[in-house]
Amino acid sequence: MHYILEILPSLLSGAGMTLKIFIWTLIGSLPLGLVVGLGLMSNIKPLQWLLNFYVWLMRGTPLLLQLIFVFYGLPLIGIVFPRYYAALFAFILNYAAYFAEIFRGGLQSIDSGQYESARVLRLSYVQTIRKIVIPQVIKIVLPSVGNEVINLVKDSSLVYVIGLGDLLRAGNVATARDVTLVPLVLVAVIYLLLTAVTTFILGRIEKHYSSWK
Amino acid sequence: MLELKNITKQFGSRTIIKDLNLTVKDGEILSIVGPSGAGKTTLLRCITGLEKVNAGEFLVDGKAFDPYTNRSNDSVIGVVFQNFELFPNLTVMQNITLAPTMVLKQSANEAQEQAQVLLDRLDLTDQADQYPFQLSGGQKQRVAIARALAMKPNVLCYDEPTSALDPNLREEVEKLILGLKADGMTQIVVTHDLTFAENIADDMFKVETNKTK
Ligand SMILES: Nc1ncnc2c1ncn2[C@@H]1O[C@H](COP(=O)(O)OP(=O)(O)OP(=O)(O)O)[C@@H](O)[C@H]1O
Ligand SMILES: [Mg+2]
Repeated sequence: MHYILEILPSLLSGAGMTLKIFIWTLIGSLPLGLVVGLGLMSNIKPLQWLLNFYVWLMRGTPLLLQLIFVFYGLPLIGIVFPRYYAALFAFILNYAAYFAEIFRGGLQSIDSGQYESARVLRLSYVQTIRKIVIPQVIKIVLPSVGNEVINLVKDSSLVYVIGLGDLLRAGNVATARDVTLVPLVLVAVIYLLLTAVTTFILGRIEKHYSSWK
Repeated sequence: MLELKNITKQFGSRTIIKDLNLTVKDGEILSIVGPSGAGKTTLLRCITGLEKVNAGEFLVDGKAFDPYTNRSNDSVIGVVFQNFELFPNLTVMQNITLAPTMVLKQSANEAQEQAQVLLDRLDLTDQADQYPFQLSGGQKQRVAIARALAMKPNVLCYDEPTSALDPNLREEVEKLILGLKADGMTQIVVTHDLTFAENIADDMFKVETNKTK
């Protein structure tokens, strides 16, 4: 018990880094994913090709490779990101591609009649998207987005590879130093707590959207 | 008064409507009838600005207007879709007040008071806070009518208003449409139900299958 209290501060500060990456990735990639998703549905062919290529590239290569590429690769051609920003950059681009694909599916399932009835009421495109399309899409994609969000909690541990002090690194350092399993078990417990809280919040959001069908 | 002059509509090389002329007098009901595939829905979609015509012009009270690009608050065409196309994420009240607040820039209070009058008029007083999935077919149709009327249209159009409803509701729909006529509303009703058309119409327009297709 004494030992746990001793290592807890460093684990919690690692968990803080994990949370920061988690939250900023969501804040960056959800809106970006929505915009890319709308772009994927546009009639402008070159834009479609470009966005499809981006989604294909991000989903077809490992996130770990993308992280290493941004942090160790890009400096070779003169683009240097600090560790933390390299992580955010790679995570946001990667997750936006997954979200874009999910949003595209959601957008495709909105009946054209909804756009037409908005049109005859003379709502603008932006008003239609905001007031009618987005709420319906959110309801449809919530389960799949939720899965990705839970994945993100765990994926954030990949920043380990570029030397960021996240939760996993904190646990690993303590285990190596003190030759005991306790830190790793604690790390697992903290991850479980994080995913439990995330699941709970997602559940509340789904409940909020359950008043209509 | 709404006038169509020499309207032609083609899909690719197929001519669906050719040199069509028709007039709808103020406060009257025009029924558009004809066999399946003749182009009734297409004609209505041209009038309501959902399809671009290839030739011809539209006049409202003698003034030319293009329903496809129309953005002004005069010469408004309202539409009640075959399957109503209510917005499932909005309550009945919100369905009706959305466009008046966002497009006509009415205050929330003003829009709600006006919507309440329409709800009472259309026997929907108790439905204001319900969502579309909680309504019967007939109620959905009346909400769609209220939503269109809230934009103060010059003409209200229906595509097959009896087709999505229980057959024994036909008489109700007749009463409803004739009631709106008594209130002074100009209406266009597309239907393939001749008896229904004869019961409500001041004037009938027959769309023939175009032989030169
Ligand atoms: N978007 C479109 N592209 C190509 N052809 C179309 C399109 N919409 C309709 N058509 C064709 O136009 C013709 C008229 O269709 P429309 O839906 O107007 O008929 P209708 O009179 O409403 O028939 P119904 O009584 O069955 O509803 C049909 O042959 C149809 O295949
Ligand atoms: Mg039709």
